[in-house]
Amino acid sequence: MLLATILFALGLIGLLVRRNLIFILMSIEVMLNAAGLAFVAAGAQWGQPDGQVMFIFILATAAAEVAVGLALVLRLHRQYKSLDVDAASEMRG
Amino acid sequence: MSGLFYLVAAVAIVSTVLMLTRLDAVHALLYLILSLLSVAVILYIIGAPFAAALELIIYAGAIMVLFIFVVMLLNQGDRATALERSWLKPGMWVGPGALAAILLAEFAYALWHGSARQFAPRATDPKQVGLALFGPYLIGVEVASMLLTAALVGAYHLGSRTSTRPELPKPDHALRSEARNDYFAQSGIAPGDDLVRVGTNRPAGAP
Repeated sequence: MLLATILFALGLIGLLVRRNLIFILMSIEVMLNAAGLAFVAAGAQWGQPDGQVMFIFILATAAAEVAVGLALVLRLHRQYKSLDVDAASEMRG
Repeated sequence: MSGLFYLVAAVAIVSTVLMLTRLDAVHALLYLILSLLSVAVILYIIGAPFAAALELIIYAGAIMVLFIFVVMLLNQGDRATALERSWLKPGMWVGPGALAAILLAEFAYALWHGSARQFAPRATDPKQVGLALFGPYLIGVEVASMLLTAALVGAYHLGSRTSTRPELPKPDHALRSEARNDYFAQSGIAPGDDLVRVGTNRPAGAP
C-alpha cells in the first residue's frame, strides 16, 4: 500500500513537472498502475478476487486512454511541430 | 518473502524516479518498462499471478509497443541522427541492465526455492477471478468492451490524416505530387498511363 502510494505520488509529480506530452502520458500510466496495484493488494489482503477484477478494468481503461492519448499526441505534433503542451494553450474558451 | 518484496519495491521506485528525470523519451521508456516489470513481480509476490501475467502482457507488451511506435514516428529530420548517435552509447544500458539483473536474480531465486504457493499462502487463482469477472461483474465487462470500441473509433478518427487547418503550409511531398499532377494535366497524360508509349506523341516543347 505504501509502495502504491509512493508510485502514485511519483506519477503525479511527473504529471505536474514535465511538459513533454509523451512524459505526461507515461506519468499517467504510472499512476494507473499504482491504482491497480493498490486494488490488487487490497483484494489479496482479504483473499477476494474482486481486486483483480478491478485491476482488469483499470487495464482496459489504461489501454483505451493510451490509444486515444497517443493519437492526440500525433495530432498535436502534426499541427504544432512540437510536443510542448503549452503550444496548445491558445485554445482559450 | 519480505526481503524480496522490499528489494523489488526499491527497484520499482528507483526506476520510476529515473524515468521521470530522463531527457530522452526512449531512455524513459526503458525505465518505465522496468518499473512495470517490477510491479508485475510485486503482484506475483502478493498472490495475484493472473494479474501479474496480465500486467506483463498488456502493459509491458501492448502499451509499450504503442509508445515506442509513437516515439519512433515523431523522430524525424536532423534530430534523429543525433539521437541515433546517443542511442548507440553503451553506457545508457548500464542502469536498466543493472535493475533488470536484480529482477532476474529474484526470479531465479524464486524458481529455485519454491513455488508461488509458498510465497503467497493466500494466492487467488485465475479461476476465482474469472468466475467473479463473468458473474457479478458481467455488466462491467460489457461497459469495458464499449469503452474499448469507442477508443478504437476515436483513435482512428484522431489519427487520420485529414487536416482541419488548410492555412498550414503543406509538407514537401504533397507539393511535389501536386506539381506532378499539374504536369500530367497540362501534357494530356493520365498519371497512370504507360509513359514510354505515351511519350511518343507528346507536344513539342515539352521536356
